[in-house]
Amino acid sequence: MIPRERIETTARELMARAAIDIPEDYLAGVRAMIDREKGELSAFVLEAMLENWRAASTDRRPMCADTGLPRYYVKIGNEARIEGGMVALEEALRRATAAATHDIPLRPNRVHPLWRTDHDNNVGIFAPEIDWSFEPGADWIDITTVHKGGLFGTDWRMLFPGDGIDGIKRFYLDTLIAFGRRGLACQPAIVGVGIGGSKDACMVLGKQAACLRIVGDRHPDPKVAALERELTELGNRIGMGAMGFSGSSMVVDCHIEVAYTHTGGMPMSVHCFCLSSRRATARLHADGSVTFRTDPAWFTPYLRRETVAWSPQPETSASSV
Amino acid sequence: MVTAAGNLRQLRLKTPASPADLARLRIGDVIYLHGVIYTGREGVYRRAVEEGVPLPVDLPAVSNVNFHCSPAASRQPDGGYRVGAVTATASFRFAKWMERWFALSGAKVIVGKGGMSGEDYRRFFRPAGAVYLTTVGYGTGALLGRGVKRVRSVHWLEELGIAQALWVLEVENFGPLLVDGDLAGNSLFERENAKLGERLRTIYEGLREPALGRYGETTDRGDEMV
Repeated sequence: MIPRERIETTARELMARAAIDIPEDYLAGVRAMIDREKGELSAFVLEAMLENWRAASTDRRPMCADTGLPRYYVKIGNEARIEGGMVALEEALRRATAAATHDIPLRPNRVHPLWRTDHDNNVGIFAPEIDWSFEPGADWIDITTVHKGGLFGTDWRMLFPGDGIDGIKRFYLDTLIAFGRRGLACQPAIVGVGIGGSKDACMVLGKQAACLRIVGDRHPDPKVAALERELTELGNRIGMGAMGFSGSSMVVDCHIEVAYTHTGGMPMSVHCFCLSSRRATARLHADGSVTFRTDPAWFTPYLRRETVAWSPQPETSASSV
Repeated sequence: MVTAAGNLRQLRLKTPASPADLARLRIGDVIYLHGVIYTGREGVYRRAVEEGVPLPVDLPAVSNVNFHCSPAASRQPDGGYRVGAVTATASFRFAKWMERWFALSGAKVIVGKGGMSGEDYRRFFRPAGAVYLTTVGYGTGALLGRGVKRVRSVHWLEELGIAQALWVLEVENFGPLLVDGDLAGNSLFERENAKLGERLRTIYEGLREPALGRYGETTDRGDEMV
């Protein structure tokens, strides 16, 4: 039985880790970009970010004052038992959000969309969002929090099968260029691309691809993996770097997720995670112990399954858990 | 680590910024502020400029540096405020108030995010003898937070709320910031956008157009939102 109180304290700790400590995979990706960057302004911005992340960790203060829209991704083992059930779990996450907003502090960004009512705790109607997934043969729960700004750097478009890979590349470029000017996309960033599904699923998958996969992770389909590499390289050839200054630092990594879609369409979404890509994950084990990490390991073979029934496969994918 | 960034000029700017100091600034210079700055954004502008409410503090005597920011401040048991991370908000939305705000406040330096248009600089900033500094990366919240040494006072807190209130901050080594708009009305972002324009012609080469257009789609890729 996973104790309710443990869920809340873990989620509070996750909020602090996400806001303060840049994930190591992302940091390594940005460091590698600086070495390749020939634009002096773009290189300067990236160096300032490195210094900023060091200051954040040393001072234990958030790396960015726009602490985004804090939210959760929860993966529940099929055998996991939670004290108080799912309703208690949801309440623990809402309590943790409110407490962390005051204690860290996070900016109370969440307001009513029309009346701009602010509870000063990042909790409200449908806030924080909680996305759910499940995992067979497991008795743990994984909780990931993501802090991401929300105004720019994301777009959606209905493409058609005949538009092909060219259409995908064009829309990808359109989005990066439109939002990249003056750095509104907060680039460089991990870029997530959702292809297929229904319109809403397409948006959700692209966001998850950006926020829940680490730098260097490749899709298990080799052709999708090749397109990920190609789009990463294409984005860095636009000529735009950090803050929209001349340079090559646009895409730290590109992750694509695909979903079966309507036979007549090929919807596509593009999401830029922040230059301060903020995520943290914890696994709560059945014995009440907790382990923290920065790889959400969200996209398991089970989550990407293609068949009617699930039968476990040999572990080949990099994102297996 | 030797990188391409080594060639930029770095300068300290003391507040209140003097006309001579401002005249030295060129677009692309890296700036660190020392002294006193204050926050002010749409809430303050609406109240002071549109509603004509007298300023709650003698701004010209306090500072001439206006920061477009909502600090992540939380109230402490002793009644003071703790400032965690600090990041600017996008400034282009405030251009319409700048002309009258400069006259009212005596501001000579605007610190914000992403700059305003070169036209705004030439119409509003140049006549007022003012420059625009942009925060870097969007943002270096921890570094800027570290640069805030003390909250000296806060005004219009009840009327406007934490995010929109006018915060007077004592700062040291507050940066890095980049000069986007200089006294001549040049814009760093516009210079960089122009360079990008030359490359855009080639990046789309060989890619077929989609079958259907898109409502609201921009037809000129040189367009920008700001």
